[in-house]
Amino acid sequence: MAFNIYDFTSFNQSIDKLLYDNLPPFWALIIEMTLIGVAFLLFYALVGLFLVYAERKVCAFIQNRVGPNRVGPYGIFQTFADFIKLLMKEIIHIRKADQFLFNLAPFIVIIASFMAIAAIPFGLGLHAIDFNIGVFYVMAVSSLGVIGILLAGWSSNNKYSLIGAMRSGAQIVSYELSVGMSLVTIVILAGTMQLSEIVEAQRNGWFIFTGHIPAIIAFLIFIIAGTAETNRGPFDLAEAESELTAGFHTEYSGIKFAFFFLAEYMNMFIVASIAATVFLGGWMPLHLGPLLTDLLGNWSLKFNTGVDFIPPFFWYMGKTLLVIFLMMWFKWTFPRLRIDQLLKLEWKYLLPINLFNIILMALIVLMGWHF
Amino acid sequence: MEEFITNSKGKQEEEYIVNMGPQHPSTHGVLRLKISLKGETVERIEPHCGYIHRGIEKMCERLTYQQIIHLTDRMDYLSAHINNEAVCLLVEDALQIEVPERVKYIRTILDELTRLASHQLWWCAFGMDLGALTTYFYGLRDREHILDIFEETTGARLLQSFNVPGGFMNDIHPNFIKRVKDFIVYFRKKLPEYDELLTGNVIMKERTNDIGILSLEDAISYGVTGPSGRGSGFACDVRKHHPYSAYDKVEFREVLYTKGDSFHRYKARVEEMWESMKIIEQLIDNIPEGDYAVKMKPIIKLPEGEYYQRVEAARGEFGVYVLSTGEKYPYRIKFRSPNFSNLSAINKIAAGFKIADLVAIGGSLDLVIPDIDR
Amino acid sequence: MNAIIEYLKELFGGIKTLLTGMKVTGYYFVHPKEITTQQYPENRKTLKMFDRFKGEVSMPHDENNQHKCTACSICEINCPNGSIEVISRQVEKEDGKKKKELDTYIYKLSMCTFCGICIKVCPQDAIVFSQGFEHAVYNKEKLIKTLNKPGSSLKEKVKE
Repeated sequence: MAFNIYDFTSFNQSIDKLLYDNLPPFWALIIEMTLIGVAFLLFYALVGLFLVYAERKVCAFIQNRVGPNRVGPYGIFQTFADFIKLLMKEIIHIRKADQFLFNLAPFIVIIASFMAIAAIPFGLGLHAIDFNIGVFYVMAVSSLGVIGILLAGWSSNNKYSLIGAMRSGAQIVSYELSVGMSLVTIVILAGTMQLSEIVEAQRNGWFIFTGHIPAIIAFLIFIIAGTAETNRGPFDLAEAESELTAGFHTEYSGIKFAFFFLAEYMNMFIVASIAATVFLGGWMPLHLGPLLTDLLGNWSLKFNTGVDFIPPFFWYMGKTLLVIFLMMWFKWTFPRLRIDQLLKLEWKYLLPINLFNIILMALIVLMGWHF
Repeated sequence: MEEFITNSKGKQEEEYIVNMGPQHPSTHGVLRLKISLKGETVERIEPHCGYIHRGIEKMCERLTYQQIIHLTDRMDYLSAHINNEAVCLLVEDALQIEVPERVKYIRTILDELTRLASHQLWWCAFGMDLGALTTYFYGLRDREHILDIFEETTGARLLQSFNVPGGFMNDIHPNFIKRVKDFIVYFRKKLPEYDELLTGNVIMKERTNDIGILSLEDAISYGVTGPSGRGSGFACDVRKHHPYSAYDKVEFREVLYTKGDSFHRYKARVEEMWESMKIIEQLIDNIPEGDYAVKMKPIIKLPEGEYYQRVEAARGEFGVYVLSTGEKYPYRIKFRSPNFSNLSAINKIAAGFKIADLVAIGGSLDLVIPDIDR
Repeated sequence: MNAIIEYLKELFGGIKTLLTGMKVTGYYFVHPKEITTQQYPENRKTLKMFDRFKGEVSMPHDENNQHKCTACSICEINCPNGSIEVISRQVEKEDGKKKKELDTYIYKLSMCTFCGICIKVCPQDAIVFSQGFEHAVYNKEKLIKTLNKPGSSLKEKVKE
């Protein structure tokens, strides 16, 4: 088994070969799926808990506070303690709720974010599945979560929840459009929807640089719309605590609440991952393009080999965390929008700019004006 | 809790009623607003108060005038010092006692510090109502400095009970003047940040501009005073029109805005913070020497008659009415609390706007619930 | 054309105000020195309240276990909440005179509103505010305190 931190392809293939050589194909498949499932479950839980911790620390520093610092050094185990607490908490039985839908809703939310995470390439050869319509798949699956939110709001039989869920529905339906459009802008440039190929196409410079103006506009729109899609930051109308107490998850407690909570952070992670993959080159290190190579000559080659020493996974995580930090920064700075202003922002600003942007990008690709 | 109402066509229509409060994050206390909604739009608001009624007025009928003071703290707890002062001024006025200049100066400074602290807390809570959570911590951080000044001189951070008829409990602490000066220097640097973070923000402007318009006529007829009334152009500053303590010796502007929407109520308060700092700066260097209190008889008996004293609390005009029969207890005492009148206008100004606007309007009125119920 | 310029002006003006806000929060994020949190249980040793802080009413005793309270009950009369109860006893002195003396000075912390009137009216300055602020107890009974120490006596006035 050749384990290579820069390229996981051979490692994966050797495991695959080992299993298929020794077991009947059915069982080999089952074991492979289980392994991947367990790996993702672990990753999911760890990232979720880390993000909760990071959010609390970031907001604490922004607000001149220290943040969690009791459990473990710098409070790094705080979220684990919180999670254990949530596991042990009583699940309050809502008598007049629609029991089946009420119990189903958190699972839909969490499964949707689980499915989206599968298609994301974390490193060279580090993805569970590589669709040729990866971008399309991720978009489709990540918007499934709203069904869970709508169900949660409807089935709780609570007026605040219902208002929150309806807001969330209106919000996601409109912002899904912007997310899709801004990704389409890049798909035009990349010429493919397969995420691994999109990353590979950025070997000589990330799309945000090679696509220059339209790519930067698309990136900004994607960040705004992505923040809205995850019900965060200035767009957290669905749970607007000063208006609707807790919005759609008002009636949830214990582990079911934890599901919503984790899913929210994972959705943020997924949006940031897509942003990192599509605009910032995913796991691809920062390579200087041919244009700069001509300009700088030898130095640029040295730089390119230098950055290659940082493993791809760290590049990927670094970029994702950068985008996540940006989203946290938004959340802890801006006031919340009102529902009609939210829709106005989408239909009056983001969508027209986006359509214009697509035309601009198509023009640039046609004329070959990109780097 | 669905109720049926008859609409204009005489048809029975289902009304969507939501209770905001008594436990709700944006009512800042135990206020209950019964709102009927049509979609997201607020049709009508019924404020229900009484959840924190403690019968302070009735209690006061069995308390001496010195003892009443500590109960006025507990109405509008954010302008405790100003409320104390109202009772003290009333007693001093009724007994025709002239307090030393020193007392007047220090009272004015403490009043303005109280107003600053109150407006800071309002600013952070208003930001939080709009969803900008960071404002809360910035406001509290700066308020901490004022509370430290209070704690050093009066011994308490919030409910000071520092005023007594005739003066103060104690003289000011030796560090007081230096601390106040340091604070003014500090806060002059920090206040522009408030504007950068919230006032100029495009989302905040969208959320408050033209929202919850209270016309001048309505402000007067509902008795909306304080910065909320002045946001509608109602010149109701007691400090300016009926000066007490040392307010006749200082130069300051009565902040007046004309539009009466949430944004102008917001602006009126932020501007008032600048004015308060100006007042403090004019007085802090000129505190005259002298006694910190006049010697009073241990038992204060007001002569028979009716008395009224008003002061400008942080949220509007605070009035004390006393009917005395010559006993050491008042026969009847009535507090005119600014928040009760300010709340009464909420149905007028918030109907027809969205739920989110109702929260912004409630924030811009700056309600303190214990003051409503007393 | 004007409409487009207005539109763009509105857009970029809005973005600018958002960036100003982010500049403020960003400044504090990268300046951890601005953190104002006091880490309470850790700084207990160095944490000193202001000397006028109204923590709780207490009765100072000197090294001979003597206090200054003459059991005149003025504080009890003046207390607006009835949180002070002065119990006195009649004691016969050597010269045969009967004298009132403090038996127990009961202070109900749970009812106290810290208005400070008792301390202001005390003619002997027998009670003061102490600066302790950690009042949390598991049992409400513990908030009813006896301020005079057992076996304490009245400090005779020394002529100055």
